[in-house]
Amino acid sequence: MGQKVNAIKLDEKDNVAVALETLKVGETLSIKDGIEEITVLKKIAYGHKVAISSIPNDGKVIKYGECMGIATMDIAIGDHVHVLNVRGLTEEDKSFQKEVY
Amino acid sequence: MRTFEGYRRANGSIGVRNHIIVINTVGELAGLTNKLAGLVPGVIPVVHQAGQSQYSEDSEQTIKTLEGTAGHANVSAALFLGMGSKDPAEGIVETLKKNGHHVHSIIFDKDKSITECLKDGKSWLENAMKRSKEEKTEKADISELIIGLECGGSDAWSGITANPSIGALSDLIVEDGGTSILAETTEAVGAEHILANRAVNQEVSNRFLEIVKRYEQRAKAVGEDIKAANPSPGNKTGGLTTLEEKSLGCIKKGGNSTLMEVIDYAHKPREKGFIFMDTPGYDVESVVGLVAGGAQIVLFSTGKGSPTGSPIAPVIKIGTNPKLYENMPEHIDVNAGKIIDQNYTIEQIGEEIYTKILQVANGESTASEKYKNHEFSIWRLAETQ
Repeated sequence: MGQKVNAIKLDEKDNVAVALETLKVGETLSIKDGIEEITVLKKIAYGHKVAISSIPNDGKVIKYGECMGIATMDIAIGDHVHVLNVRGLTEEDKSFQKEVY
Repeated sequence: MRTFEGYRRANGSIGVRNHIIVINTVGELAGLTNKLAGLVPGVIPVVHQAGQSQYSEDSEQTIKTLEGTAGHANVSAALFLGMGSKDPAEGIVETLKKNGHHVHSIIFDKDKSITECLKDGKSWLENAMKRSKEEKTEKADISELIIGLECGGSDAWSGITANPSIGALSDLIVEDGGTSILAETTEAVGAEHILANRAVNQEVSNRFLEIVKRYEQRAKAVGEDIKAANPSPGNKTGGLTTLEEKSLGCIKKGGNSTLMEVIDYAHKPREKGFIFMDTPGYDVESVVGLVAGGAQIVLFSTGKGSPTGSPIAPVIKIGTNPKLYENMPEHIDVNAGKIIDQNYTIEQIGEEIYTKILQVANGESTASEKYKNHEFSIWRLAETQ
């Protein structure tokens, strides 16, 4: 089945990937059907998310091709994406989303 | 074109099984229902605990569910056991007979001994069994299939492996003209706008938002706040960050297709394509609602190995992680854990599920059928009188 992958991107539009095993700092991300080389900046436990594009403060975090939260600070490529740098959507965010989708 | 061999019923529907069932209308008859089924090899007992002492909305829901179960395409014949003069069994049987179903009822009352009732029941079931063996299958198109989408005993991998794979399958079935029904209203709380935005029109969108709101309010009335409680600390440790993310992991079982219709518990869809049914998150009650609504096959993702099955519909278990498959290989029909340790893609597992559906529709037993996991429980909305 080709080279072993260590993360999965669930939708084309996603800016995060999910770690399929615990990733160490400095490790290279390997996603099926590859994307450019990404170095992991923080330890990412399996099942947790890693940024595969940079996400600006107030930018949308996209998983499953949908907006699952809003960045609360700038998130660099390879960074851990979790409760420390992401918040859930407010009712306002949701109505904003209606226009987008 | 993908086809399967099924049993054509008088009302036009097509079944993937040819079951003979005995079903109770009141919980008091649970024991005798099991006993009677045991007297005729191959007869399946469909047993629940709801009784006559229900508020009217529950009473209606019980009747609707029993009607949908006994009149299901996978059922060749059904015998109802009821009790006393106000029992709904005779009314249900009358309705089902009008639609050409092979059904009968036996009412336990003071005028007849239990031995006599069991003897009558046994003889009816033996005839039904003989009759069912003569029924032949015919070729049917995939567009006649309704697939229920369910999860239970979820883990951190459910939303990453099994649920998106079920979503890929759901899109394939819808493309081929079939129907898939997503359930579990409680799991959509927080991401309801995403499904609502996928609705075919404003009316369907509003209806979906309405049932989610109603569910939230019911929970609040008993002091539970679904939004505040999720994602749980355990979810966060597992990698889930927001409520939207958690709910997306569940509703992605419905893939990316347009939401065509929102239906009530145990009701049949009028539209084809991707449908949502209002059910609770409890897997047994949810599966029973999906099947009563006409689903001939149910896809069920599990991370912890929930054994939930159905008395009349094959339930295909999709395991979310390699460990589960390693420890319970006899219980899992499709191993989506291969995405983690064997480089499989979501699309490949989606195709594997499709192949499994066709094999099961053609008669291959699922793990839950082999183990006779016949769980049956009806969603109750109120207390008991």
